[in-house]
Amino acid sequence: MTAPRMSRREFLASGAAAAAAGSALLPAPALAQGAPRVVVVGGGFAGATAARALKQADPRIAVTLVEANRTFTACPFSNLVIGGLRELGSQRFGYDKVAADGIEVAFAVATGVDPQARTVALNTGSSLAYDRLVLAPGIDIRWGALPGYDEPAAATMPHAWKAGEQTLLLRRQLEAMEDGGTVIMSAPANPFRCPPGPYERASLIANFLKTRKPRSKLIVLDAKDQFSKQRLFENAWKELYPDHLEWVGLSQGGKVTSVEPTEMTLVTEFGKHKGAVVNVIPPQKAGHIAEVAGVADRTGWCAIDPVTFESKLVPNIHLMGDAIIAGGMPKSAFSANAQAKVCAAAIARLLAGQQPEEPRLINTCYSVVGPNYGITVAGVYQPVNGVLTDVPGSGGVSPLDAPRSFRAQEALFAEGWFNTITSEVFG
Amino acid sequence: MRAGRLLAAIAIAVACSSTALPAAPPPPGASSCSGCHATRAAVDTAVPRLAGRKAADIVAQMQAFKTGERPSTVMGRIAKGFTPAEVEAIAAWYAQQK
Repeated sequence: MTAPRMSRREFLASGAAAAAAGSALLPAPALAQGAPRVVVVGGGFAGATAARALKQADPRIAVTLVEANRTFTACPFSNLVIGGLRELGSQRFGYDKVAADGIEVAFAVATGVDPQARTVALNTGSSLAYDRLVLAPGIDIRWGALPGYDEPAAATMPHAWKAGEQTLLLRRQLEAMEDGGTVIMSAPANPFRCPPGPYERASLIANFLKTRKPRSKLIVLDAKDQFSKQRLFENAWKELYPDHLEWVGLSQGGKVTSVEPTEMTLVTEFGKHKGAVVNVIPPQKAGHIAEVAGVADRTGWCAIDPVTFESKLVPNIHLMGDAIIAGGMPKSAFSANAQAKVCAAAIARLLAGQQPEEPRLINTCYSVVGPNYGITVAGVYQPVNGVLTDVPGSGGVSPLDAPRSFRAQEALFAEGWFNTITSEVFG
Repeated sequence: MRAGRLLAAIAIAVACSSTALPAAPPPPGASSCSGCHATRAAVDTAVPRLAGRKAADIVAQMQAFKTGERPSTVMGRIAKGFTPAEVEAIAAWYAQQK
């Protein structure tokens, strides 16, 4: 046993009991200089997947997962919670099984990264040394980027773009609204977490209104004219929610330029929209630690090498998931999970002095438009000139002319996907 | 530097002989499949598992998805992103999993 290992043990003894149990399962490192150390910051779909995949790729790697919350609340399917079709409890997952893999789970906030010393500082006052660092911070809201939309404003006009209390707040507001009220949603310009997410949410809010508050209506104000799976959504809206959902694109004056939280009002270049319930999906950026570590560029997102997922700005730091600029791959949980497995395999090879393999990745995004009505977009990606690019001739969206049985099957597979991915990441 | 790497490689090779060997790494594309095709049998899903299936069966199904001979939701769109050689490598790897 080497000195760094002991200090990590001491840290764990002071910090996380669950992780201490995990560390007891670690095989003794056979290398004279000690086991290679990988620290993963962020325990979402990307980070938790990466931690487990690293351990699976090579059990000798000492993996520490740093995560602020003891319970993870999943964003995929949280729109069903907002629409009253699912409970938030079904979205929540713990880290016991991750720790049982022999991963040290530290419930703490990473506050700093020293790329020269290769250490991560935690809010507990401890510091973790790494050979390779994985940052999977997801997104942060760009508070104030939409004038008037700051943190206090989210208490009255929820974003619900990080699942949890915000999800429940929006649902409670919809439930408490009088029948006949207007719900307004603001959708941001690209890029943002879960490109079809605003439109899935719009569908499920419309479904809620249609069944529970039939004299009410949802207006979606959008900063774009085009969005993911657009024709499929629009066809479904015409069929299912003709009286309950109106979408206003950029060229029709849909871009929200400021918000007035005390007035429950969204302002566009063409006028003001007051709502009984207002959901603002605000502009976003990579999670804070990416900025702190110097791996986020001027766009607010992180450029990576598509073979190793190593930062293009800082060596030995790898990133994946919603925080990265992933070429053709969307910011989805499926992408995050797929990227994390590729990233972990690459790190394992790099630590063993081997060349990482050129990867191929898949994404599938399911959207639930209503009960028994699912639609998808799928893609296959490979690095081309340093960018993750669609493999020609592959991918695409569900057929426009498919029968309802096809939509029902995709809704069924959507649920299967959620169960499968959460089992792989947390189960 | 190169000598250092070689020594590291030897050290790892020695280490491998005394501890459990890391699992054979999945070929390109294979690790994405488990997003939908469960690794564990207990998962509640209508999507079939791939682990332990005959390689020839996986190859035949992928070919049928690609041509449209077997109707599908997403698999036709995904199968078109892989060459026959890639599919064969992925199928062989899944056949060896439990």
